[in-house]
Amino acid sequence: MTEVKASMAGNMWKVIVKEGDQVEAGDDVAILESMKMEIPITTEQGGTVKEIKVNEGDFINEGDVIAVIG
Amino acid sequence: MSLEELHKRIEKIKQGGTNKYHEANKAKGKLFVRKRLELLFDEDMEVEDAFFANCLADDLPSDGVVTGIGKINGQSVCVMANDSTVKAGSWGKRTVEKIIRIQETALKLEIPMIYLVDSAGARITDQIEMFPGRRGAGRIFHNQIKMSGRVPQVCLLFGPSAAGGAYIPAFCDIVVMVNGNASMYLGSPRMAEMVIGEKVTLEEMGGAKMHCSVSGCGDVLVETEEEAISFARNYLRYFPANYKNKPEVLESKNAKSFEKTITDIIPENQNAPFNMYDLIERLVDEDSFCEIKKLFAAELITGLARIEGSVVGIIANQPRVKGGVLFPDSADKAAKFIQLCDAYNIPLLFLMDVPGFMIGTKVEQQGIIRHGAKMLAMMSEATVPKISVIIRKAYGAGLYAMAGPAFESDATLAFPSAQIAVMGPEAAINAVYANKIASLSDEERITFIKEKQQEYKDDIDIYRLASEMVVDAIIEPNQMRKELASRFKLYETKNVTFTERKHGVYPV
Repeated sequence: MTEVKASMAGNMWKVIVKEGDQVEAGDDVAILESMKMEIPITTEQGGTVKEIKVNEGDFINEGDVIAVIG
Repeated sequence: MSLEELHKRIEKIKQGGTNKYHEANKAKGKLFVRKRLELLFDEDMEVEDAFFANCLADDLPSDGVVTGIGKINGQSVCVMANDSTVKAGSWGKRTVEKIIRIQETALKLEIPMIYLVDSAGARITDQIEMFPGRRGAGRIFHNQIKMSGRVPQVCLLFGPSAAGGAYIPAFCDIVVMVNGNASMYLGSPRMAEMVIGEKVTLEEMGGAKMHCSVSGCGDVLVETEEEAISFARNYLRYFPANYKNKPEVLESKNAKSFEKTITDIIPENQNAPFNMYDLIERLVDEDSFCEIKKLFAAELITGLARIEGSVVGIIANQPRVKGGVLFPDSADKAAKFIQLCDAYNIPLLFLMDVPGFMIGTKVEQQGIIRHGAKMLAMMSEATVPKISVIIRKAYGAGLYAMAGPAFESDATLAFPSAQIAVMGPEAAINAVYANKIASLSDEERITFIKEKQQEYKDDIDIYRLASEMVVDAIIEPNQMRKELASRFKLYETKNVTFTERKHGVYPV
């Protein structure tokens, strides 16, 4: 199990994957919007998306868990 | 005179510690110190001093450290290398004296100093002789500080570098760490548990991966000792032997060829992520990019490369990570890298695509202002040729930190897509017209914002900035490599002294 965490504070603009999806290391899981920039959040580990912890539009702090990959 | 006795003694000392320790090292994938040196030098080490140090003690061959001179890429370098088969590479009185002497030699001969570190730290039984005095371990660090910026100092960390010993890597220009074996810490996990009650593993607290990605005390993470040694040999090719010389120019190689040109890879939308590595690869001689601190503060890329055979230091925002926004760590990373390049006459290339410094409580509490000020100060003081290129955006203090026009860069170049402003159009309109926007109906609001943003964009149009001579040239992206090569060649004779004062008083 690995947690994909937000690299910086911002708004959750788009969640790209959904629960049950297969992902590979380096894939984008979500896109944050911060400092007027689109910030892709990638997973360091491949596997199945077990859980999405955020909703689009949420304010996210640095280090918040976005998804759980197993 | 018994030569037989001499040879017997030499053979015995060359073996290092007892077999048990050789086996233990082998099991961890660690090479014997003399094997490491064999791999490091072009041929054998040419001279070795104090080989017989502490030879009257039976179990302390060379007192646990090998010091000498040999050649790397044809250049003489001084080396000290701990032998962890001898009392875990710990430092006795003679160990420390040997290290101090080889440093003094490097300084006198004005040649690079390489530290192959694998040591448990002070030998407590010898503490009065090796710790507090004029020629005690403190002198090693004092020498390192004296040498800093005069001769390149490289640290390869193969094992622990504990307590005071951890300052050897700290004062080196670059620290290469072998994953799984290398570590750096002031107090061991056992000590942490006893003294402050913290339960933590060595990897977590002082491991190679942690230091190369979180603390920034390590610069390059490698998997094997061979990889560490070959990195060091390659790294030194980018440096002169000392600060009085310039790096060697190699034969020019073409940049790697790609189907997509630079123009093809730059996204139209300023806010969309873009991978700066794709641009760097198209600019530099193929396979010449030697990245430093790849895993640390990845929103800013720092590395050495060659353009038409000549060395340049590249500092580039990475929009793919954290939007390329500058953070306290990225500012520190840049500050150290700029110092490194400026010390050894390596010209600097700044590739700007920066929305500015991060804002918010977290970074303010971390002191982003003083960290950012460090970056500005180092960039400002650097007297090597400096060229900055605005790829997409240069907003706010980002423009300053990345060697904007005010900081005596030799040229500020811009792509036609470049935007320079105090802040981006979205943020600016929200800031200036906050009250007005709040008073409008939803429909009116959208039209109003769009209109104002367009006005703003026109106001910061790159041709307007070129007309005001803020940028020195607007360049065709696909001609960028050529432009940089000819400018760096022309700026080669730059001869500027920043100041005669002792030193500035900047934040640290």
